[in-house]
Amino acid sequence: MRSFSYERATDPVTAAARAAEVPGAMFIAGGTNLLDLMKLEIETPFHLIDVNGTGLDSIQETDDGGLRIGALVSNTDLADHDRVRRDYPVLTRALVAGASGQLRNKATTGGNLLQRTRCPYFYDTALPCNKRSPGAGCAALSPSGHSRQLGVIGTSDACIAQNPSDMAVALRVLDATVETLTPEGDIRLIPLQDFHCLPGTTPDRETVLKDGELITSVHLPAPVGGRQAYHKVRDRASYAFALVSVALVRHPDGTGRVALGGVAPKPWRRPDADAALPEGAKAVMECLLEGARPTKENAFKLKLAERTLAAMLAEE
Amino acid sequence: MKFENTATDTFFDTTAVLGKAHTRIDGPLKVSGQAPYAYERHDVVGGQLVGYPLGATIARGRIVSIDAEAARAAPGVTAIVTTLEIDPLGISSFNDVRLFGGDAIQHYHQAIAVVVADTLEHARHAANMIEVTYEEESGLFDMEEAWKGRDTSGDPDSETGNVDAGFADASVTLDATYRTPVQSHAMMEPHASVVDWSDGERMTVWTSNQMIAWNRKSLAQTFDIDPEKIRVESPYVGGGFGAKLFLRSDAVLAAIGSRAAGRPVKLALPRPFVFNNTTHRPATIQRIRLAAERDGRLTCIEHEGASHRTPHGSSEENPVSQTEVFYAAANRRVKHHELKLHLPESSSMRAPGEASGLMALEIAMDEMADKLGMDPVEFRILNDTQVDPQNPDIPFSDRHFVDCLRVGAETFGWCARNRSPGSTRDGMWLIGHGVAGAYRGAPTLKSGARVRLKKGRLIVETDMTDIGTGSYTIIAQTAAEMMGLTADTVDVRLGNSDFPVSSGSGGQFGAASSTAGVYAACLALRNKIAEELGSDDLRFEDGRVIAGNKAFPLADLFDGKEVCAEDSMDFGDSQKKFKIATFAAHFVEVGVHAATGTVRVRRMLAVCDAGRILNPVTARSQVIGGMTMALGAALSEELLVDTSRGYFVNHDLAGYEVPVHADVPQQDVIFLDTEDPEISPLKAKGVGELGICGVAAAIANAVHNATGIRIRDYPVTLDKLIGELPEI
Ligand SMILES: Cc1cc2nc3c(=O)[nH]c(=O)nc-3n(C[C@H](O)[C@H](O)[C@H](O)COP(=O)(O)OP(=O)(O)OC[C@H]3O[C@@H](n4cnc5c(N)ncnc54)[C@H](O)[C@@H]3O)c2cc1C
Ligand code: SF4
Repeated sequence: MRSFSYERATDPVTAAARAAEVPGAMFIAGGTNLLDLMKLEIETPFHLIDVNGTGLDSIQETDDGGLRIGALVSNTDLADHDRVRRDYPVLTRALVAGASGQLRNKATTGGNLLQRTRCPYFYDTALPCNKRSPGAGCAALSPSGHSRQLGVIGTSDACIAQNPSDMAVALRVLDATVETLTPEGDIRLIPLQDFHCLPGTTPDRETVLKDGELITSVHLPAPVGGRQAYHKVRDRASYAFALVSVALVRHPDGTGRVALGGVAPKPWRRPDADAALPEGAKAVMECLLEGARPTKENAFKLKLAERTLAAMLAEE
Repeated sequence: MKFENTATDTFFDTTAVLGKAHTRIDGPLKVSGQAPYAYERHDVVGGQLVGYPLGATIARGRIVSIDAEAARAAPGVTAIVTTLEIDPLGISSFNDVRLFGGDAIQHYHQAIAVVVADTLEHARHAANMIEVTYEEESGLFDMEEAWKGRDTSGDPDSETGNVDAGFADASVTLDATYRTPVQSHAMMEPHASVVDWSDGERMTVWTSNQMIAWNRKSLAQTFDIDPEKIRVESPYVGGGFGAKLFLRSDAVLAAIGSRAAGRPVKLALPRPFVFNNTTHRPATIQRIRLAAERDGRLTCIEHEGASHRTPHGSSEENPVSQTEVFYAAANRRVKHHELKLHLPESSSMRAPGEASGLMALEIAMDEMADKLGMDPVEFRILNDTQVDPQNPDIPFSDRHFVDCLRVGAETFGWCARNRSPGSTRDGMWLIGHGVAGAYRGAPTLKSGARVRLKKGRLIVETDMTDIGTGSYTIIAQTAAEMMGLTADTVDVRLGNSDFPVSSGSGGQFGAASSTAGVYAACLALRNKIAEELGSDDLRFEDGRVIAGNKAFPLADLFDGKEVCAEDSMDFGDSQKKFKIATFAAHFVEVGVHAATGTVRVRRMLAVCDAGRILNPVTARSQVIGGMTMALGAALSEELLVDTSRGYFVNHDLAGYEVPVHADVPQQDVIFLDTEDPEISPLKAKGVGELGICGVAAAIANAVHNATGIRIRDYPVTLDKLIGELPEI
């Protein structure tokens, strides 16, 4: 861990301004991802701005019947919120399927959206990784590389890492929007679908956030209704990242929405795949996973995604 | 003393303390944080600095240069020693690969520098600043390649009868190949040591190690110093499973750092080092051929296996050894290949050999039962043997494998299971049941102890270790039983090289050997008391010694002065005259998700035959620990080899998935009420490794029963099942 200085921000505007002003500054929220990365010197900030005291830790109802979730609301509190459990149950289920109780107590809404990939080569600084060191190459894609956990779609020749967040998959199926504050004091609203970038030739760039831009909240539109479910598939029963996860909203008439986790650099959803839902899992996945480029080790994810959705549809 | 003849009636046949349930003596200390582990020995010596290792990032080659200049100038740094600055250290007789010194790189994350600083953060950061250039050499890292290229021309390890003729005549045959991956001990506490070698003369090592005497000898050989100058302490060990049998780089680097800094140094291996710097259980490939008569009697058993090791040493993982003796068959042949790969050093892990051998053999037995249309329990019973099938003159000392199977089948409700695979459902889950047998040798090692009686309290001192197994407790019980005391009047002191040399903990020899050593020491003490009282006919009860019609409180003997006795138990050649082993039958119920192929174990039962059980609480804990570890081996644990870079990729506990609580279902353990008079006067054998044997195969067999899909390639993960699952 490189030495760093530390300050506590007490309001969002100062936090964002300071982040742009101090060279090498980063925000820290729960620290559950950032601290691990700092110990490995994958992240090497010179200055940490602790945003836990910025007052962004409440959940408010919005005028349109939705929710505005403060960026510092913990994953535990969010999952436990009455309105969330009643009107957005897919979000509660996705949250409690992630990490462990202790981690969820610390992990925040904003930090969760920005957690880095779990590609094993990303974590070993001796290995080539374009995401960590642009231009170094991709160890996972080398002939002896392992890629069972990694992405099958939306990936590129530079990087096939998947986004590991469960929460983001539920937020995507709920059409959430991310609200941010720029260092200049401007507010931006970024639909979640546009928030994460595909790797292309710049896998080090993971979101559209600009330097110093602070996530202040996440907006959920008015409840979509329907039956909601989140099925996370993994090798062990808990405390593991998804091989594949499926977030589903389904209305009594058979229409609905589907988003996938564990398969792509961002939560994966397509409107035309949603439209195919009444025709069943196969039709949905033919569309949703069109153009997939799996490796030999992770090709099973395609079948797994389809069968998981099929089981969820059959279980209703 | 020496144990030479079959134990007849002994003190232990009617006991007051031993053999009874007793919770762990060290339990309250551990759950309240008062049992100090190696890295927490802050109070043993002042002025401790913190060490941090640097590991090689190539698998094979030479270091050309190390630039540590910037690191030496970094804040908080007291000393840095790089591997180029010192002559290659000795390689002790227990190690295969050099732990430090010189420019040669023999595996990934081999230690190449140690940084000593005032804090962990400073040491770690400085280690990151060291620049190393290498001259890389290519190496052999691919087990499949090595297996293909194995030398099949040599003699088998053992052969009885005529296997080739047997197969030619056979009615029903099986020929299948099985694979087990590299596994890690993945114990909670990483290797850690505090070492004081400040003066470069006397070395004190507070460490986490299973074998104190081996450790001391290794240190002496590694540094070429007199063992008398070395003290080793390891009273608490946060899991070992074989990973801490031998000296590893934590103690070596802390010692070098201490000498360089002139201060004591503590050093814990970072988690990734546990995987690539220390040892692992190597992968195996195993081909098994079985032949049987239509009635189910096995006529031929052939087991050819291979595991890998470094080119510099040997591998403990011989997966074919139990097959020599487990089941009857007139014609039998086994052969083990040690394949040389340039991966980190492979070594013992819980039940080396048997654990992976039975993962294969017990699937093969299930497959054969299937082919014969027999119940797999009955098939095993039919092929039981009470003698070494290679040499019928050598009987098993005490073998109740058939009872394990019968009691298990009855308790588990085996007869109610589904007989046609893939036909039982519970909602989306396909339900299956599986059985497997377990065999694990019961070795013993010479073990000594010293007992000191003072004012009615007894102190037991032995360099035996408690690696979470319950040694403190069973040793207290043994001594209490011998001296007519209660366990809470016995103080057990372990893990210190100032104490008599014991068996140590490993190979499931610890419980049987160390308690026999304590028995020997207590006998010596009883003799001293007999001399003092001038009577041979003594009984020890309720804190008193009774001679004829007189009773003396132990507290009053020797005028309240301390009296001390020491002895050790040496084991004769009973292991040559008899096959001495432990046995179990494992029964498992699994659910396999019909859509995703996710496997979850729903219940587990082990029925164990391991001689006298010294303490049912700690023994059960050992067995369920083994069952849990085997559950991981069956379903999720695999160290992935990058076959061009030559290292284990998933080197942390996020990537190497051991079972979590939610994976572990209801577990039941039954101990048969058996005694083995050939093992020791206590007639007790170990159980710590028996618990892991066979379980993984029972799970794989249950998956087959649930789905009809036979997986021969561990771990049984959903990607291997999904292609053959039924339509939804
Ligand atoms: C062992 C383990 C298992 C896990 N398992 C799962 C799992 O199964 N599923 C899952 O979804 N997740 C899992 N996680 C990840 C966990 O959810 C994330 O670590 C957590 O959500 C991150 O939140 P945080 O508040 O701790 O972020 P931090 O670590 O504090 O920050 C993460 C990043 O976000 C930035 N940041 C934080 N807040 C803001 C803000 N308001 N605005 C702008 N930038 C900000 C930080 O600068 C940093 O770059 C696991 C983590 C661990 C350690
Ligand atoms: S997949 Fe991406 S994160 Fe993984 S090694 Fe390649 S570039 Fe790095």
